[in-house]
Amino acid sequence: MKTFRALFGAAALALAAIPGAAADFITVASTTSTENSGLFGHILPIFTEKTGIEVHVVAQGTGQALETGRRGDADVVFVHARPAEETFVAEGWGVQRFDVMYNDFVLVGPEEDPAGARAAADAPAALAAVAAAGAPFASRGDDSGTHQAEKALWAAAGVTPGGEWYHETGSGMGATLNVAAEIPAYSLTDRGTWISFQNRGDLDIVFEGDPALFNPYGVILVNPEKHPTVKAEAGQAFIDWLVSPEGQAAIAEFKIDGQQLFFPDASGS
Amino acid sequence: MSLGPFGLAFELIASGDPELMQIIGLSLRVTLTAVAIGCALGLPLGAALALARFPGRSVVVVVFNALMGLPPVVAGLAIYLLLSRSGPLGPLGLLFTPTAMVLAQTILILPIVISLTRSVIEVLWDEYQEQFRSLGSGRIRAVPTLLWDGRFSLLTGVLAGFGRASAEVGAILIVGGNIAGHTRTMTTAITLETSRGNLGLAVALGIILLGLTLSFNALAFGASGWARRVAG
Repeated sequence: MKTFRALFGAAALALAAIPGAAADFITVASTTSTENSGLFGHILPIFTEKTGIEVHVVAQGTGQALETGRRGDADVVFVHARPAEETFVAEGWGVQRFDVMYNDFVLVGPEEDPAGARAAADAPAALAAVAAAGAPFASRGDDSGTHQAEKALWAAAGVTPGGEWYHETGSGMGATLNVAAEIPAYSLTDRGTWISFQNRGDLDIVFEGDPALFNPYGVILVNPEKHPTVKAEAGQAFIDWLVSPEGQAAIAEFKIDGQQLFFPDASGS
Repeated sequence: MSLGPFGLAFELIASGDPELMQIIGLSLRVTLTAVAIGCALGLPLGAALALARFPGRSVVVVVFNALMGLPPVVAGLAIYLLLSRSGPLGPLGLLFTPTAMVLAQTILILPIVISLTRSVIEVLWDEYQEQFRSLGSGRIRAVPTLLWDGRFSLLTGVLAGFGRASAEVGAILIVGGNIAGHTRTMTTAITLETSRGNLGLAVALGIILLGLTLSFNALAFGASGWARRVAG
């Protein structure tokens, strides 16, 4: 039995050696677009150095990130689906929504554009053209912010997407773009993920610039009255920094290949 | 980017990139801890299951055999709901920590260690039960002796558990959250790089992970061969 006791001891020691909770950190549930683009890798060290607060980012789709906040598993949510965010606050799960920044969605598709989406007058018309041509379209299908924006555009186009040509990946933006590049298919993506995405294949931007493609990001403190474990002070410090001139400048500074990915707009609220 | 994935993998290792080293370190720590706990619980339980006779024993055996195929994402979801602030163990604050990942992997490993131990010990018991009887020692007393006797065969079960844990991504992604510098492991980093379209880097990380698994298995194989020779 000595061996077992030694094993138990070793296991207990190893468990204790794993850093469970750092002294001062907050958990932020955010979206794949902010994490995958590298934005957090750029701005968080600046915040941590200033305040000593470490930020643990869990990158999920907007739907899942809000659910994580609702369950009290995050202190702050940082997402992009304004109607869902407003519901989140209205139901009392979040304290208040702050505008932070925006980027925009772009319609990407095969370079030769078989559906003729480039010629469309606006974004819903571009999607309608894809549907009318029955050209392959890869959708997130995961209730993320991007998926919700896509559904709103289909509704505006008066199309109920479905059928052979409509592929729901049920995955993150990058995974969906991997699928779109392979088919090749049209897909709606945020510009940030697109600029930082490496495996483009034959895909190119076929439609952009419609105000309907505007993609605002909001940040919300999870309500400590619902979940007393929420680190309200540190969480609010993070929000305050994001919307401060310094945080806004850090967001604007973040570039890939010389292109700015996110545009600060905290003053707009 | 002209390097192939193998070149990139080599370059990554050679560069000693602190972020990569931290990820490798965490992967090993989580997996080895889970294997240690899985063995500490699974070996005696498996042996006990081999020797014990009680009503419904065959049901327990079948359930553990089936749990070897427990989908990691299901295990992860169950532990997520358990550890979530809104769940029964919420006050512990363990979600999105390495400890939660250890717990998830332990649950995935345990059925493998229990089932493979049970099958090894059953064979040994058939072989030696007469001797134990003649010595007048009971079944419980036989457990440590049989485990020690079967240690080389049991190593396969331990390695199978290690393989399952080190290759797994579904459970630790959910309960760990793939937080940079905190709960990011080799497999979750591979998932992330794939989703960023960095397929070359993802494959390079995969090659490094396979190399680690290979080294670990070679080490275990060598150590067991050496022990066998020493034991004569």
